[in-house]
Order: sequence, then C-alpha cells, then structure tokens
Amino acid sequence: MIASTEDRGTTAEPSDAVRFDGIVKGFTGVPVLKGVSFGVAAGKVVGLVGENGAGKSTLMNLLGGNLRPDAGTIRRDGRPYTPQGPDDARAAGIAFVHQELNLFPNLSIAENLFLRDFPRGPGRLPWIDRGALRAKSEALLLQVGLDRDPATPVERLPAGERQLVEIAKALGADARVILFDEPTTSLSSVERERLFALVAKLRDRGIAMVYISHALGDVLRLCDDVVVLRDGEVVGAGAATSFDHDRLVSLMVGRQLTQLYPERLPRTHDVAPGAPVRGPVLEVSGVSQPGIVRDISFQLVAGEVLGISGLMGAGRSELARILFGLDPHGTGEIRLDGERLDGPPGERIRRGLAFLTEDRRGEGLCMEASITDNMALATLRSHTRTPARWLDSRAVDLVVGLMRDAVRLSPKAKGADAVRTLSGGNQQKVVLGKWLLAAPKVLVLDEPTRGIDIGAKSEIYQLVHRLADRGAGVIVISSELEEVVGICDRVLVMRHGAITGEFRRGGFDREKMLAAALVAPKP
Amino acid sequence: MTSAGTIGGRGSRSVARILGSGHFGLVLCLMAAVAFAPVAPGFLSSGNLANILVGALPLLVLATGQTIVLVTGGIDLSVTAVIGLASIVGALVMGGEHGWMRGSPMAMPVGIAAMLGTGATIGFLNGFCVARLRMPAFMVTLVATMTFGGLAVWLVKQAAGVESIYGLPASFLALGSRPALAACLAVLATVAAHLLLGRTLLGRWFHAVGHNPRASLISGVPVGRVTVAAYVVSGIFAALASVLITARLETGSPNHGKALLLDVIGAAVIGGTSLSGGRGKVVWTVHGVLFLALLGNGMDLLNVSDFLVTIAKGAVILVAALLDVWRRRLAIDAE
Repeated sequence: MIASTEDRGTTAEPSDAVRFDGIVKGFTGVPVLKGVSFGVAAGKVVGLVGENGAGKSTLMNLLGGNLRPDAGTIRRDGRPYTPQGPDDARAAGIAFVHQELNLFPNLSIAENLFLRDFPRGPGRLPWIDRGALRAKSEALLLQVGLDRDPATPVERLPAGERQLVEIAKALGADARVILFDEPTTSLSSVERERLFALVAKLRDRGIAMVYISHALGDVLRLCDDVVVLRDGEVVGAGAATSFDHDRLVSLMVGRQLTQLYPERLPRTHDVAPGAPVRGPVLEVSGVSQPGIVRDISFQLVAGEVLGISGLMGAGRSELARILFGLDPHGTGEIRLDGERLDGPPGERIRRGLAFLTEDRRGEGLCMEASITDNMALATLRSHTRTPARWLDSRAVDLVVGLMRDAVRLSPKAKGADAVRTLSGGNQQKVVLGKWLLAAPKVLVLDEPTRGIDIGAKSEIYQLVHRLADRGAGVIVISSELEEVVGICDRVLVMRHGAITGEFRRGGFDREKMLAAALVAPKP
Repeated sequence: MTSAGTIGGRGSRSVARILGSGHFGLVLCLMAAVAFAPVAPGFLSSGNLANILVGALPLLVLATGQTIVLVTGGIDLSVTAVIGLASIVGALVMGGEHGWMRGSPMAMPVGIAAMLGTGATIGFLNGFCVARLRMPAFMVTLVATMTFGGLAVWLVKQAAGVESIYGLPASFLALGSRPALAACLAVLATVAAHLLLGRTLLGRWFHAVGHNPRASLISGVPVGRVTVAAYVVSGIFAALASVLITARLETGSPNHGKALLLDVIGAAVIGGTSLSGGRGKVVWTVHGVLFLALLGNGMDLLNVSDFLVTIAKGAVILVAALLDVWRRRLAIDAE
C-alpha cells in the first residue's frame, strides 16, 4: 500500500482511503513538494516523519483544502479529490487533530463538538435542541473514553482530555480519515497511552490515519507503515517493522547522525550523593508555594548540567518560573552565588540568571520582531550610553552577528527578518542566542527542544554542554526522559510538586527514574 | 511578504508591496498633491503651503505622542481632554482677571510648565491604570476623557466664572502669532520623539512591549514602567499641543481640540503604525499628518462642505486600518 517515488503510478491501490500521486507544490518558485506519492489504507495508521521544512505541513494543507497542488492528484477512496476549502475536506470525511488544538476554551464540550451543526429544535427553527445535543455528545465521549459531563467548559480540561474532545469532534463529523499533527507534545505519558489505545480502536473501526510526529519511538510503536519525507521527497517508505530509530533519523537528515546526544562523561568531582558541595552557583532551600511546589531544595554547581524530569503537572515548569521571579513563592530561599535572589526578572537577569521558556511563541519571542531585535532584547541595556540610554546599534549588530554564528542560525535568514519566518529549530536558536549573549551564570531551559527537528536538537545539546564547560550551571527541564538522560550530569525527578528522586550520570536507571515520577513521595 | 501578491492578484504585486511597506502615507501625500494642484485654486502657492504646515502643527505633536503609545500596543483616547484641561490650567496660571501669576514676568514659563505637568499627570494616571491595574487602555483613557474633560469645564466655571479665559500674556501669545516659533517647538518635539523611539533603549523597549509583553518581561524589560512612560510621553505631547492651540486661539478653553481625536489616531494609522502594537515610526506619522492636512486644505479650497471633508477623512482612515489588518493577516498566512 505504500509506493515510494520509484514505482509511483504503478501501484494504484484501490483500497487506499487517501492516495497522493506525484504531488508537486511550490511557493513563489521554491519547490516544497517534488512529486510525493503514497497512500493510506482504511484501518491503517501511516506515520509521516521528516525534519521541519520537509513538506509535511504543506501536504496536510493540500489535503485540508487550504492549498492546491501545482501538479499531481489526490484520490479519496479512488475518486479524484480536489478540495476548494476546509468545508470540502470535512464533507469528504477528512479531519485534523492539530498540535495546537482548535477548540473554543470558553464553550462547553458539547458546544465544541457540534459547533458546525447543532441539533435543531422541531421545525428547523433556529434554536438548539439541548437534549439531543447532550445525548449525542455523551455518545461521542463514550466512543473516545472520556468520562466528562458534556456541559463542562473546555478550558477546565487538561491538554490530554482536550485532545480526546478534538477526536470526538472528528468522529462526530463522520471522519473516515484522521490526521494527527504532533498530538503528543503536550501530553503526559498516561494521556499518551490513552491516546494510543484510542488510535488502535479507531484503526479497528476501519479509519485511515496519518500520524505526524517527531517522537520517532511513538511512530514506530503505533504505526503500521512509515513514510519519511526529506526536502519534499519521499526518501523512505514501508512497514514500520522494517525501520528502526537510527535508520529513520539518518533518512530524515540525509546523513548518518551517529549520535544525537554529545558524549558526556560522569563528573569526577562531587560524586558522593548528598555530600556538601563547595561554592554552588545556585542554592534552592525549602522553596514552597501551596498547591504548586513543596519543600524544594537542591544545589547547582558551576559547570553542571542538572536535569529536572517528571510528568506533566509535576511542578517542573512552575519551579522554573519561581526561580525566575515570574511567580511568587511562600517560604524558602533562593541564592545565586551565595546572595539572596529576588526582585523582578530584569533584576535576576542582571545577577546572571537566564530562562528559556517552554512557550517559545507566547513568551520566548516577539514573533513579528526581527531576529536582531529578539536576540538583543535581554542585553540591550549593556549597549547603551547615558544620559539618554542612547543605543549603540552598531555594537548590537556586531554581537548579534557573532552570536548567530555561534548558535549556527540558518545563514539564509537575514537579521532584519521577522523570527516568525524561521523554522522552530532556528527560532529556538534565537532564544538561546538571546540568553547566551547575557553570559548567564545559571541558565534554566524549559523543554528546550520541543517541536524541533533532530538536527537542531543535536546542535542545541552541544551548545548546552559548551556553556556548562565554560563554567555556567545549566538546568534542563524536560518531559522526555531520554533527553535528560542524554545530556545531564545529574537528574532530579519531581512528582506532585516535590523532588522524589536524584540520579547521577553513571547511575542513571530509567526504570527507577520513571518509578520516582509515578510513585507518591514518602510523607 | 512573499505572498503579498495573492491578495491583490498577480498584476498588483507592486501595489501590494507599497501598501505593505512604510511608504503608504508618503504615496498618499504625493497623490493628494498631484490631485489638488491643478484643480484647487492657489493650492501650491507658498502662502497656502505655509498655512497647511502651520495649521498641522498641533496635530503633528498629538499624533507623534500617540504613535509612541500605539507602538506599545496601547491607545490614548484622552488627548483631547488633556488639551482642554491643560489649556484651562495654563490660562488660570497666566492670564485673565483671575490668573494667579498675571502680570508677572515668570507667568509664561510657569504657565507652560503647569500645562506640561497637567499632561504628564494625566498620562501617568492612564499608564498606572493600564500597567499596574491591568485595565484595557481604551477604557482607561476614555474614562479619563470624561473625567478630565469635565474637570476642565468645572474648573473654568468655578475658578473664573466664565466659559473661556482671555488676556493671556503677550510672551505666551507670541507662540501663536509667530509661526516660526511654534514650528520650532513642534519640530523639536517631533525629532525628540523620533530619536526616543528609534535610537534609545526605551524606544526599543516600547517596540518589544508592543510586540509581546510576556516575552519582554521574561527578557528583563520593566514592562510596567515602560508602559507608564509611553502614556506620560503622550500626555506631555498632548499638553504641548495644547500650548500651541491655546496660544494661537489666544484663549484658554475646555473645548480646544475636541474634534481632533480621530485625526490623531488616523494620522498615525495612515502612516503605517499598527493598532496592534510593535510597529510604528514617527516619520510615518509625519506623512499621515501631512496627508490629512493636504486633504483638508485641498477640499477646503474647492469649497467642499466640511462634512464631506470629514467623510473623506473617515474613509481614508478606515482604509488605513484595513491595511493594518491586512498586513497582520499576511504575516499570519506566511507562517
């Protein structure tokens, strides 16, 4: 059922629910898709993988009717399918479950499910049949295994349950083809398992699914077939069992990426757990905030990469926000270089703290502002002359130019370009460059590689290590256990706002780490 | 901007580029000049052009201050109330039968300082409510318009028992009777604002806060203080406009500048300053002010009814606001 580029056209499987044939699409002369062919059969899950910019989103936009191909055909159940807009996609039984969910948080579950087509009262009068709405909604929620009152506002649901609502919405629209775009990025591992179980159930019901994700382990586990895109071409396709993680990666990046995580040896000093450490750069003692974090104490040594792991909602990001002064804390004390750290973020930045947030678009960057403006924002003050805080823009351009090279930002991007035009990986390099310019003593990274392709990930890990080797303390918060195990010297595991485990490089044990994340802390 | 052509069709890509760039206001100015020159009698005479420029000075100062607030993502609707209240405060200090310092040689400088202080105070209150109490800017400044507009009327009746105050000192009135002096003052203020917005740390911070206040805060920008500063600047500039208007009309009155509000915001938006923050230049606003002045004057010379002039201005401002939305949508589409 999968046809690679070589034998395109010869294997038109009539059973394919959706089939792309020789799809070509370019934007202003730049080809994005160069003759892509593959099919998705009913009752199958096809994993679509590729680095950012490989053409996955464009392909999905073609299917969704937002774009039209320059050449090639799409078939739906064997018939030519030429959508003119999202309505056509919907009518053809195609639904999308996006990374950023398209739900209205202020409306109830039921209202979101039937927003396009409310059950009407008698005589097609323009009022809503609330009883039918509730009954239909309950039936749909049962199908996706979500035990909630349909009247619950969506804003009260955690991310994983919102996703179930989104899937229920697709089912309510009689979708026969469902496309998942990075569905697991904001899910806890429990929620992820639930999603996978649901996907398996939908597969049994004969629904064709496309699963787009950077989480290659998930793709291999979940999907029947895998299609690898690189630079707008299918570079690999076949049964998921015929791939392994490394092969997928090398297909995606087009070269042998021998090691995603740079080598990190166990630290020779300070190996005894709990031993007093001389001159820690950051000391956190007994920090608590009711309902958020409980009695957090740890120390960070100069040159150390400290990981903080745990499930979604364990208090990892909240702890980072407290450290940076974005959220208050009730009791406890934070010391930087032995001196008490307080005040607004600006004050803490001057003291040598830096914070890369998990919300790159919302809090990390000014999306419409230029690369230069974004990179320089945290350190502008140091390039000014009094009395009027006159800006030395030549100095700013100079240091930003140097930092661009240091973080290996795409050379194609110009300094005046809006960061919005960059890929996720390059955007993250801009945020990282912003903080490296501040030469921080302590850098806190919250989910530094979320939604970023593998090439950029590897580069960001190297930057983190280089910063630590120069004597900064680095805290890496991540929901990917592999990531913290791959790059950290020491890992703290959090659960329910408290630290429940501490592990050192050389003594990393994934099972014990996971257990610490799941098991309730001792009273 | 690569997809700019998709909105206007393939043929009008260059038109779309002009609309998307910062030169929209300048192009409009040239169009207006070319359109009025042959038909409006005396439009290009040096006397008329000087007239246009001098007449536009208060609007220039107001729109420049407004630009700074717009860049931070806010809006200041209270400028007309600042004009009225500052005018009354200045007149109560300097002149009439009740002026506290009438006849004193210091009346003029103290009066002007009091006017600017009034503007700064109102600006500070606006900024405080927006930044610290996190209230919507349009609501805060709209309420300020009511409150301080009312205060101006009450004050003039209470303190002077009249509707407007005459008898301002000659040294103050010189600002109105000698256009070069007024022009110097307005141009200096405009250039200062241009340098502030474009070349200083505070100016970059204004932009950053307008783009994304959360990201700015996390990058160490004192978002609250920056926001307050923008409203204070706007208040001071509105008070400066009040100085120009009060001197030119030789009276202190709570009704000065009442009709200017839409022109102020319109001039900034026509120039290309975004209503959603982060994007704006004083130079653009100068274009917008010039265009509105040319349009008003040209139609005036053609004996077009004032009401039609207002309608035409409204239409242009609407188009400019539409362009602002377009630019944003283009930006989002390109993602």
